[in-house]
Amino acid sequence: MPSLKDLKNRIESVKSTRKITKAMQMVAAAKLRRAQESAEQSRPYTERFAAVLTAVAQSAKGSDDAPLLLRGTGSDQTHLLVVMTAERGLCGGFNSSIVKKAKAQIDELQGKGKTVKILTVGKKGREQLKRDHADKFVGHVDLSDVKRLGYDNAKDIATDLLARFDAGEFDVATIFYSRFESVISQIPQAQQIIPTPVDAEAGDGTVYDYEPDQDEILAELLPSGVATAIFSALLENGASEQGARMSAMDNATRNAGEMIEKLTIEFNRSRQAVITNELIEIISGAEAL
Amino acid sequence: MADTMQFDLVSPERSLASYQASEVQIPGADGDLTAMPGHTPVVTTLRPGVLKVKGPEGEHDYLVTGGFAEVNAEATSILAEMAKPLGDAKAADLEPLIEAATAAAAEATGAARDMADKQLADLQALRDTVGA
Repeated sequence: MPSLKDLKNRIESVKSTRKITKAMQMVAAAKLRRAQESAEQSRPYTERFAAVLTAVAQSAKGSDDAPLLLRGTGSDQTHLLVVMTAERGLCGGFNSSIVKKAKAQIDELQGKGKTVKILTVGKKGREQLKRDHADKFVGHVDLSDVKRLGYDNAKDIATDLLARFDAGEFDVATIFYSRFESVISQIPQAQQIIPTPVDAEAGDGTVYDYEPDQDEILAELLPSGVATAIFSALLENGASEQGARMSAMDNATRNAGEMIEKLTIEFNRSRQAVITNELIEIISGAEAL
Repeated sequence: MADTMQFDLVSPERSLASYQASEVQIPGADGDLTAMPGHTPVVTTLRPGVLKVKGPEGEHDYLVTGGFAEVNAEATSILAEMAKPLGDAKAADLEPLIEAATAAAAEATGAARDMADKQLADLQALRDTVGA
């Protein structure tokens, strides 16, 4: 049976834990709002961009001299998985669920005899994947110093990817991130970005003129498309991370509250027992006289 | 024919402008072009330059450093990598880009060299416009 002093210390320590988790929850809520705003603001660009890309790519897809980024290398032997996770933990199952999805994909690809390479964005994903797949790592992008995600961050990652693609390091690239559905629901996603997927159904069939010409437009449009896809994935991930952290910390705060209640009851009971004990001693002492 | 069209200026980080415009002068990679309502559908790349828009409240100028323009009969959309209202732009904003372009031009050879030189010249011209 723990002493009264021990119990009192436990209660105090749980109380300060609760203060921390509560603060983290509020910080996450504020950051979530900002992350959602940035995601919202980038949406018009992403949508317009997708429309232009679809229109141009559809008309170019058929031709044999379409850029490699569009029609692919003709093989799908080597896959590069870009796993985007958070730089920090304490956000529930956010990092694990992305890693889990990536691991499932790795197993599936390896089962088919494909070569798998991994590039991680965010520290947590690297730590979790390193255990089983350290031999497949080709790179890591550290965003821990980035205060506010900008398009430049995405562009740097895209430039790196494109250089590797040009060097023939892989045939297909897929990004893994978490789509923000709501504070309690973030859905891990796998999205192919290289070669650029083209939706054959979409578009209104407008025939465009091109200036300077179609090839040059594509040569700029496709790399930007990769950067745009990465940028919106980073933003979605940012919002998801804060959402996941917010609900994880909300749970932690609630659990701490429950624990404090339980400990307080135990503390009061022990105190009562001690008082009763003392009374018994005094009474039996008086009787003995 | 309608005398205005939808004009959108968007960058990856935010949407800068969205209103009805009667005329948009676009710094295309191959030279300026002016889009008006009923224009034939065109997609063009942009060079660093100034975008001039005639809107309902007079003329607005924006600085763009690159990207794409999509023009069709009812709408003009500018997808800029970086854009700012010209009044807010400072020559200092362009310095890092000019440095990068100078380095790229020094390394490039052949046709890529011409492209890099042109990019650099466009950026420098733009800096002069902003600084003036």
